[in-house]
Order: sequence, then C-alpha cells, then structure tokens
Amino acid sequence: MTADSPGQGGRSSTADAEFTEGYTVDTADVPPHSAEFLATVAARELAGCRRVFAGVGLPTLAVDLATRTVNPGVELVYESGVVGAHPEAMAEGIADSVLVSGSEAMLSMDALFGYVLQGGYVDVGFLGAAQVDRIGNINTSVIGDWQRPKVRLPGSGGASDIIASAREIVVVLRRHDLYALPAEVDFCTSPSPARAGRQEGFRQPPGAGVATVITPLGILRRPDRHGELELAAVHPGVSVAEATENTGWDLRVRGDVTVTPRPRTEDVRLLREEIDTVRLYLR
Amino acid sequence: MTGSKVTTLAEAVTAHVRDGMTVALEGFGHLIPFAAGHEIIRQRRRDLTVCRMTPDILTDQLLVAGCVSRLVASFFASGSAGSLYEIRRRVEQHDPAPLETEEYSHYGMYCRYEAGAKRLPFQPLLSYVGSDLPALNPRIRSVESPYGEGRVYVVPPLNPDVTIVHAQRADASGNTQLWGITGAQAPAAYAASAVIVTVEEVVAPEVVRADPNRTLIPAHAVDAVVEVPGGAHPSYAQGCYDRDSAFYREWTPISRDRESALAWIDEWIHGTADHAGYLAKLGEQRWDGLGVAPAPSGSVSYGRRKQ
Repeated sequence: MTADSPGQGGRSSTADAEFTEGYTVDTADVPPHSAEFLATVAARELAGCRRVFAGVGLPTLAVDLATRTVNPGVELVYESGVVGAHPEAMAEGIADSVLVSGSEAMLSMDALFGYVLQGGYVDVGFLGAAQVDRIGNINTSVIGDWQRPKVRLPGSGGASDIIASAREIVVVLRRHDLYALPAEVDFCTSPSPARAGRQEGFRQPPGAGVATVITPLGILRRPDRHGELELAAVHPGVSVAEATENTGWDLRVRGDVTVTPRPRTEDVRLLREEIDTVRLYLR
Repeated sequence: MTGSKVTTLAEAVTAHVRDGMTVALEGFGHLIPFAAGHEIIRQRRRDLTVCRMTPDILTDQLLVAGCVSRLVASFFASGSAGSLYEIRRRVEQHDPAPLETEEYSHYGMYCRYEAGAKRLPFQPLLSYVGSDLPALNPRIRSVESPYGEGRVYVVPPLNPDVTIVHAQRADASGNTQLWGITGAQAPAAYAASAVIVTVEEVVAPEVVRADPNRTLIPAHAVDAVVEVPGGAHPSYAQGCYDRDSAFYREWTPISRDRESALAWIDEWIHGTADHAGYLAKLGEQRWDGLGVAPAPSGSVSYGRRKQ
C-alpha cells in the first residue's frame, strides 16, 4: 500500500473512453461528497494491498470497486468469518449470504478475530466512523455525555479489535466538519497507537492505527505511527482553506498537497450499473 | 444416542425461559433465532438480561414488548439497514425507561462466551489499550501477564441461564449442524445452563452421522430441539432462504415511532398463535421472494474400514 501517493494520478477521466462505450456520465457532476466519489477514492487506497478487513457501509462498496479496478487480487476478509470472498452480487452488510457462497474459507469468529486478525494477517482495516480526531482516535460510541448521550452510535462492533491488530486503518467519513473531525473525540472507542502508548505498563498492541482519512473535502494522512493527521490532498473544487476551516484543530497542510483525481467514467459506471444497482449506499 | 428432545417452541420456552433470566440469543446476522424470540414475547417474559453480539431487530422487538431490562452486546445498530430506534429511545431519552447496557467489542463479547464455555475465570485479548470502553464498562479489567510482557485486558466469563440458537438441521437427540456464518453459537451453547435449538429441519441421525464435521453443537450440550421452518425470518438461513432485506428497511420507520412499534408487536406477534401463523400472515408470495437457487457443497468421503 502506497500511503504517500494519493490517487492514481495517471488515470485521467479522458483516457477511459474504450472502457465506457455506450455509457456517458460527466464526472464533473459527481461531487466530492457523493458516495461514488468517496468510494472511488477509497478503492484506490487498496492498490497493492494483499488483505483487507472491510467494515460496514461505504467500505463494502469501496472494496467491491477495488476488486474490479485497482486490485483484482485483494483478499476480502469480513468479521463474520468470511475469508477470500467472491460475491456474485453486492453485499448488503458484512453478514450477507452472497459473501459466504463461493468464498475461499468460512472460519469461526474465534479463528477470524484470534488467528487472522490478532495473528497479524490483516494489512488494511477499512472502517467508517462518526468522529476521528487529530491523532487518529475513532469514536463510534456516543456523542455528548456518556451516560445520557445526545446520540447513541452503534458502538465498537469489531472496530476496536481491528485497530489493535491491523497494519493500518483507512477511515471513510461522510462529512468533514468540526463535529466529525474534532481535536479530541467525545469518546475513544478505537484508540490510536499514540493514545494506547500513554497507558503505561500495558503490552502495546501491534496495530499501526489510522493512517488515512478520506472525507468529502480531501484526504488526511499522518507522517508516522505517532504523528498527527495532515492535509495531504483536497478534492477538485475544494480549497485548502475550506478543509482547514472545517477541521477541529490547527490542521497542518503538507507542502506537496495535491488535488484528488476525479473518479473515472468507468468507476462511476461500475458503481451505478454493476455494483450498487439497488442504490443502497449510493443515495 | 440419547432419547428424543423434540418438543414445541411454546413448551421449550415455557420450560427453560423464566422471568429475570440471562438469555443469549445468538446468530451473527445469520440464523438469528427470531421465532424463539417472538415466542418469548408471546409468553410475556419480563426482566430478562438479553445477550447478543449484534442486538439486531430481534432485540429491538423484545425491548418494545417489555421483556428486557438489561442488554449485553457489542454493536447497537442494524448493520447497513440503520438504527434500532427502541434501543436509541431507551438509551438517549430513557423513554419509556432507561436501559441498562453492558458493552464490549465483538471479540470481547466472543471471548466472554469462550471463557464461559471453558469455565475459565477470564479471557485475555489484545484490544482496549487506550480505549474508553474499559472506563464505560468496569467489567473489562486488566491483569499483569505472569510471563512478563506487561498488562493485558481481560473479560469475564458469560454463562447464560439459557442459550437459544437457530440452525439448518439437527437430529432428535440434538446433534446440531449449521453452516455459513456460525457466529458465537457454539461457545454460547457450551457456556449456558440450558440450550434450546430451533432448526429448519429435524433430520434422521444417519444424516448427521454421514457428515460429523458439520456438527458444531453435539447432543450432549442440547436440552430441547424444535423444528421451526423459517425460524430465522427476517434474517436468513444459508442455503434455505435469504434475508428479508425489505423488512430490515421497513423496521426503521416502524421503530422510529413507539406506538407503531407496539402496534406491530400486537399485530404480528400477539396476533399470531405461533411461528406458522406468523409465516402464513407474511404470505406465500413474500416467502417465495426469499428463495435461493441451490449451490450444493459436493461431498467428501469419510471412508470406512473394509469388512
């Protein structure tokens, strides 16, 4: 996985005419906050990744697109016990029967979390989140007071297990604002290595934490395992100022900040015509 | 081979599920024991501690029906289908009453069943270092490794009074075979004092013994066997019928309003005598729409000694 090369720069949308005969879409009409745009950017992150542990929601869409574009050989692992999924249709969730039929292995959950995940086999954990903070702590539990929350979110699921052991985590956020990217999360469900390291005397988990955050405005990355998330790319039409003003801390901007390449026509066609035909994720 | 444990769902719930008990209803998005949960609602059980990794719609329904006072779980939504509004109302607004919850990660919850099944005092895992979850849930604790690698988090055993699971098939003595996503069913069964298994089909012992690797819960761990075709609806049974995704989407607006959720319970659970009545109300057309095309596994040979 090439953590420092946002997007696949060589794949401009004008170059795909041969793949998209009979299908036209002006990719300028696919805005950066759309599921199509986010899924395409997320799928590109999986180029070169051997094994991905995909979470609920947009990650399901992104890994499906990745297997049809940048990484046909990527091994899809799901917390339900599926290893090497080859779904014949888009999975509606991580326990969908289409992930089971034709998969390479169905493991017990003990084998999946114990051997595959804690055993160190997962390269990328792909998660959604409500909040991510400056050092990559993830909140999927509560907004507001813990005992009497303003919003009760779904909780950990497998996320806090995945972050402890995956080589790196990619997070996709559906919004980029002071609520979604605070300086510090309201509740830390899934901790960064920096936060884990503050708990002295504990055996430190091997997971490297959140390396990449894809948002409707751009892509945040961190310089190293204990570093702070920085602005590495902005999406077309988004200014650097718009990204920094909507982030809850003094967001550092990389000197080599780039503009994310738009989805190719073929990406959009695959997502709309072949993957999410029922518009479950593409709303 | 022990005697037959085959009974009816009403009798099994009457015999094994009593007010105030800790009840595990397992099935990770697959083989969720909906029919058994609905029977608990029909028999108006109260004050249950329900244990499920993913509460799912079933727990939301048990809550609406007033059966549950405590929830032990590791995910509080309904996958891609959205929120479980009864749980959210109870937790966020204490409406109509607060809900006591005990929260883990998936692997933490699974490890609780494992420790319970193995009668261990606790089970360690690599999760939670740096997380706020141990502060929220004081039952997640840590111990110093006696082998000198620092502290590790541990979870306590979970030993339900009764565990209820749904499976594709079992024989009359309770040898239970399931395939596809197998979730926490096996450790949850071994951890419990009593086990009810509902199945799509009760099969002859020869069917089980022709493929012993597929038995995940042997008869010795099972107390009651009930044949309940369609017993996982609206979840699914791999190879038998698919998930009723339309219902999962319908539950969001139903559960958003407490009155409509109560009306649903009255109409679909109290208004039907049993699961067969529920399926009849659902209608053949809807059921046919959940059918799946066959995809047989092929078979392996276990061999036998030449005579």
